[in-house]
Amino acid sequence: MPLLAYLGLGLFMFVTGSIGVVIRRNPVVVFMCIELMLNAVNLTFLAFARYAPSPLLIEKQPAWMAGQMAVIFVMAVAAAEVAVGLGIIMAIFRLKNKVDLDELSSMRG
Amino acid sequence: MDMNQVHIPQVSPNLVIVSLFSLIAIVTGIGVVAFNNPIRSMLSLVANFFTLAFIYFSMGAEMMGIQQIVVYTGAIMVLFLFVIMLLNLSTDSLTMTRKFDVKPFLAVPVGLGVFTLIASQILLPFKDIRTPSAPDATAASVGWGSPQALGRALFTGYVWPFEIISLLLMVGIVGAILLARRRVEA
Repeated sequence: MPLLAYLGLGLFMFVTGSIGVVIRRNPVVVFMCIELMLNAVNLTFLAFARYAPSPLLIEKQPAWMAGQMAVIFVMAVAAAEVAVGLGIIMAIFRLKNKVDLDELSSMRG
Repeated sequence: MDMNQVHIPQVSPNLVIVSLFSLIAIVTGIGVVAFNNPIRSMLSLVANFFTLAFIYFSMGAEMMGIQQIVVYTGAIMVLFLFVIMLLNLSTDSLTMTRKFDVKPFLAVPVGLGVFTLIASQILLPFKDIRTPSAPDATAASVGWGSPQALGRALFTGYVWPFEIISLLLMVGIVGAILLARRRVEA
């Protein structure tokens, strides 16, 4: 398998997610698009980890470990981010009774 | 790799599997953005995460594939489902009746443009890399993505980042509880 296949898939998913963040007005779907982007980055990390030059050592570990560690940490940060973000959405919904992102403009400068 | 050697594309089982799963991942990824109903977007995202997990398995990153299924589709997507259910956001139909919005019509050309731009600038130098260097699992030794190798790295060289991540999750839990709590008038 060429490395390019994984990178191309990751790039496509990242672009799809970023477009979704811009065009969707439902904050839950926007969060899903952010998850899509994070997973695209995870795929890219794993692809680079698998195809990295093998004598390379990072933190006395082989280079393919560094990519997997990055993926683990991205997953953990994503879990924390989703928990807090969905809590914020719930709080906004309780306060304003609507969650349309185009109408939540009270923080506009 | 010998640069003069003409590369003849050979169809391996791995290539077929990865192409098939990539196709599903692309279709479901578009589905996440394109579906009007958030439930359908969410199910599309679940399918996407499952296909990604299978791609990880095919790369030899078994532990990452297991984590992808358990953490993402098992925990995070259930959280999304709960919030959709609690907010009762059945469709975007209320928002769609409002003023005309030009953004969805620009999405496809802008997305293709960004994809082509980044691919042409960044991806091309990697086009000659075809053979993975990380060791696959054999009968004698575990592979590069096995739970054993991963656990050894996580608890020796990466133990401090691991502890900091546990702290971050703790803060996340406390923050989520604080945000979701109903305000009690004292």
